[in-house]
Amino acid sequence: MIQAPDLPVWAAIIVGLLLLGGAVVTLIGTLGLLRLKTFYERVHAPTLGTTLGSALVLAASMVCFTVLQSRPVAHELLIGLFVTLTTPVTLMLLARAAIYRDRSEGVLPVPPSSRVPPRDE
Amino acid sequence: MRRLLPFPLLTLALLVMWVLLTGFSPGHVVLGGLVAALVSRTMLSLEPEVTGFRPGLAVLRLAALVVADIVRSNIAVARIVLFRGVEHKSGFLHLPIELRNPYALAILAVIITATPGTLWVEHDARRHIILIHVLDLVDEEEWIQLIKHRYERLLMEIFE
Repeated sequence: MIQAPDLPVWAAIIVGLLLLGGAVVTLIGTLGLLRLKTFYERVHAPTLGTTLGSALVLAASMVCFTVLQSRPVAHELLIGLFVTLTTPVTLMLLARAAIYRDRSEGVLPVPPSSRVPPRDE
Repeated sequence: MRRLLPFPLLTLALLVMWVLLTGFSPGHVVLGGLVAALVSRTMLSLEPEVTGFRPGLAVLRLAALVVADIVRSNIAVARIVLFRGVEHKSGFLHLPIELRNPYALAILAVIITATPGTLWVEHDARRHIILIHVLDLVDEEEWIQLIKHRYERLLMEIFE
């Protein structure tokens, strides 16, 4: 950040706190990947980074560049919008791939598929 | 008007995006407006179904609700991750749903999945049941009522 020295102290404190907050929330989310037990539980953890974590980082960026007035302020809203719209697609794909595997292996207790009715034997 | 701008909301959204990206100036509003009007016409060849979207106060209420819930569940999931002592039992949940509008269902899927702690797994379009994975499944009935009352009712107001 080359422009950072121009940032007034009060703004630097706000930006710093927001950035730290976002980083901590994202870190907790990644810790969740380590600490949670099953795949389906772990899928939940990264959403912390993509929701509150990225929101705080984007807010920091908005405050910083609004104060410096180097470019329009609301730019980051678009990033937030597209991150929110696209993460669920990835998560759903992962979860569906996992449940497909678990159903065909039949190892973990997962709800049966509703698509194919069970055949009478 | 309908023939010139078949998708007015999409055109407006594209224009807003253009202005956000390039910065506000009269020239960019005109240029962005032209691009938005032309680009939104490409949707014609996709022949999308009518959305039945009704803009109104319910949209803002839903947005505020989702933001509040995302912050709340961020904290809840962070507690589960950080403190092993916090008891939690995760599991799948079958949720009978009355929504039929595919756009409303897509939005519900995004809301449920974007909120930490709940994950939309699949939707059975024949029996109208969705399968959700919940990280902190204490009371199934409570979750079902929560999703139905908080989101489904508002989505039904916005669509159909």
